[in-house]
Amino acid sequence: MKFLCLPCDQVMTFAERQVPGDGTLAAVFSCPSCEREMAMLTNPYETQLVSGLGVKIGGRTVPEQPMELLRTSLDGARPDAFVEADAPPAAATLAGDVPIAGRLTWSADALERLERVPSFVRGMVKRIYADWARERGISEMTPELMSRARTELGLEEM
Amino acid sequence: MRNIRTYTEVGPGGASIPEQVVAQGDRLAARLKDIRSVVGIASGKGGVGKSALTANLAAALASDGLRVGALDADLNGPSLARMLGVVGKRMVEGEHGIEPPTAAVGVRVVSMELFQDGEDAPLRWRGPEADGWVWRNVVETGTLRELISDVAWGELDVLLVDVAPGTDRIGRLLDLVPDPAALLLVTTPSEMSRRVVARSARLVREACVGKVGIVENMTSWECPNCNALTDLYEPAGPDLSGRDGIEKWGAVPFDPRLARSTDEGVPFVLSHPETPAALAIREIIARLLGELEAK
Ligand SMILES: [Zn+2]
Repeated sequence: MKFLCLPCDQVMTFAERQVPGDGTLAAVFSCPSCEREMAMLTNPYETQLVSGLGVKIGGRTVPEQPMELLRTSLDGARPDAFVEADAPPAAATLAGDVPIAGRLTWSADALERLERVPSFVRGMVKRIYADWARERGISEMTPELMSRARTELGLEEM
Repeated sequence: MRNIRTYTEVGPGGASIPEQVVAQGDRLAARLKDIRSVVGIASGKGGVGKSALTANLAAALASDGLRVGALDADLNGPSLARMLGVVGKRMVEGEHGIEPPTAAVGVRVVSMELFQDGEDAPLRWRGPEADGWVWRNVVETGTLRELISDVAWGELDVLLVDVAPGTDRIGRLLDLVPDPAALLLVTTPSEMSRRVVARSARLVREACVGKVGIVENMTSWECPNCNALTDLYEPAGPDLSGRDGIEKWGAVPFDPRLARSTDEGVPFVLSHPETPAALAIREIIARLLGELEAK
């Protein structure tokens, strides 16, 4: 799917995606030459067709997560289907308060906020936050940083 | 008419969907690299005992020392987790993907039963109520892709895929794994089942799947008193073996204990190794391994 600005004969570039929450989607594209913008609006089942492919219109801000499609699409998911591989990272600070290099710790508030994510997708969401933090050299995750990551990554879609 | 440049002429940009689909394909291919042989087990119609056969083949292969995975591709009617005794076990969010539970015999198992809440939960997807048929197929094919590519199967000698009944479902597997090492078509001697499997045979032949074997299930029963085997059905319908290079790889006599023990999570081949049905399954394995070796 591409949009061609006819006056400029240029492919428009993806600018922004919005998910109002009613199953519809808006994707904004703009012309690199004349800067004119257009929004593509999709109805719920058009939106579903695209997300059913496991793709995002305009590209991904976050790499596709393991079983992302299944975990975000299945209705009636088993709450305890997944278990984390590692022990909770809080244990890392017990031994002499020296954080393990590259290891992300979570503040109590951040963990509490993470607990509110349905367990079926929690591991996936946690990994997304952790990757985001690692790329920015962040060693402790807080609710404020979670909010920032959420906006930057466009996580409201998940 | 205006001269508008075509999709391919205008160069990159736009919604970037093809790139993402390519990336999915790469992930799938990378995962399949560690799996020596993918073997599909399919049938034209349901009720021929295909899943019980898959569970027993998996258990027997693993007990022979092979590294075995069993994937339940029957998303709407899953049963492999129960048959291999891993219902209720949890999957681990590992570094290299989702780590599947391991059955007592060492088989790594993935089935929708592991993801769904409640044993009899029907498969439901989130999405617009109306026109579900438009998108459901897309989601289910994508889910099947994830069940292969996102599972940390590790190195496997054999991944057995229990394909949902229906010719179109074989096509769905072939879309994702275009070159399975072998395909077993399970049928019963009754006419209807044979006719339906004939259709599937044609599909796999047209898709140029290399090794295809027919397995006849529930062919006969053993008298518990005199141990004589009696045919359960008058063979009817087209005899498929020998046609188009598709041969019969085996026949499994009916044994009510096979269905019963498998439902309890204990594979019959291991609990009753000396029965005609278990020996027949061992024979199919010998044939299958011979075919995979010759590949
Ligand atoms: Zn323009």
